[in-house]
Amino acid sequence: MKTYYDPADLKKFGKVSEWQPELGKKFFDYYGTVFEDGALTKREKTLIALAVSHAVQCPYCIDAYTEGSMEQGYDEEQMMEAVHVASAIKGGATLVHGVQMMNKYKDLSM
Amino acid sequence: MGILTHKSLSAQSHSLSETDKQLKLLQEAKLTRFEENLKKSNLFPLTAIDLDVFQINVGKMCNQVCKHCHVDAGPDRKEIMTRETMQLCLDAIDKTTCSTVDLTGGAPEMNPDFRWFVEQLTAKGKKVLVRCNLTIIVANKKYNDLPEFFKKHNVEVVSSLPYFNSTKTDAQRGDGVFDKSIEALKMLNDVGYGIEGSGLTLNLVYNPSGAFLPPAQGDLEVDFKKKLKSRFDIDFNSLFAITNLPISRYLQYLVASDNYQGYMEKLVNAYNPMAASAVMCRNTISIGWDGYIFDCDFNQMLDLKVAAKGQHLSEFNIESLLNRNIIVNQHCYGCTAGAGSSCGGEVA
Repeated sequence: MKTYYDPADLKKFGKVSEWQPELGKKFFDYYGTVFEDGALTKREKTLIALAVSHAVQCPYCIDAYTEGSMEQGYDEEQMMEAVHVASAIKGGATLVHGVQMMNKYKDLSM
Repeated sequence: MGILTHKSLSAQSHSLSETDKQLKLLQEAKLTRFEENLKKSNLFPLTAIDLDVFQINVGKMCNQVCKHCHVDAGPDRKEIMTRETMQLCLDAIDKTTCSTVDLTGGAPEMNPDFRWFVEQLTAKGKKVLVRCNLTIIVANKKYNDLPEFFKKHNVEVVSSLPYFNSTKTDAQRGDGVFDKSIEALKMLNDVGYGIEGSGLTLNLVYNPSGAFLPPAQGDLEVDFKKKLKSRFDIDFNSLFAITNLPISRYLQYLVASDNYQGYMEKLVNAYNPMAASAVMCRNTISIGWDGYIFDCDFNQMLDLKVAAKGQHLSEFNIESLLNRNIIVNQHCYGCTAGAGSSCGGEVA
């Protein structure tokens, strides 16, 4: 069945450089550097990436960072808590706009 | 014993209990040959550089049937090293300068001559490691004094604990294994194992519970120490992260779960020349329950005997062993992925 997302495409990510090598190289160099140990460990960054993958709802990223988190020794409880962090921020981001709605409502009301 | 939930592949007459079938499967996968990567790293042929460790498999009998076991061990395996073969090991050890003897199985403690063997080895001044599955200590009254026995002979205990919770541990090692392992760890701590300043070493082994690679062992060790201390008041010395090799029951799991090709690709892509130069087979030999000699425990389970004169202890030839080329195959990628993997954890 043909779908918009094909799991096999994840392995082809690097091919985006074929049509724009310079920017592609810059991106992948940057990407690799971001995930190196720094003020945060590679392990901590992997769990952040898992949460962000859910927030941006990228199926490739979810596959990659689920496996990545398992390879960093996280268990299902820790990983699901990370997803809840993403969920809370996304839910909160929706709800906090309720204040804007309230403000506008009041502006238009007698 | 209450832990047996499965039979060994051998008892099931499963096709992957046969070494030629496993080797055929390993050869069939369309992947860069391990030798090719060794050649690129100027490491082919891979050669022995020393003989510091004797790893001796004293039998395939075990009280557990772990899903990832490369030995295909279990209660239904009757292959066990005799005292005569143990004596051949002792005679061979005398012909070397090896410092360490690493006893493995199965559950090595189930060999009726296990304690005699440990006594003989420690009398020679060798450092003795026992790969203890923990649950054997509480499996039967006759094993309850193992912590005291280990302490008496200053044996280093190396024990598998795939995670600090029961879900992951029991999924890999069988129902109830985690709780029994915690009970056994407390007994080891009680006599001083893993306690700072005691001089008694208790190391734990992490194997991934699935088709993925292990993390950096240093990071995970911090987590293990924190969680085992806070949840169970358990202490240990070091954590070794070991990669699962595609052999026997783990190979069968990979095939059955449709993870074989993906896992092999992962191992090949993670090939690290630094790890390849430091693989354990370069300073180790592995002895089978029947006295045959192999480069490592994995080659032993694939029945790939050493390429040296004297493949059996009865014709032990130290010169030939020290000058041998190590037999490699596609499973060797398991020891060279990422930070590398050995029976002592990372190598690079």
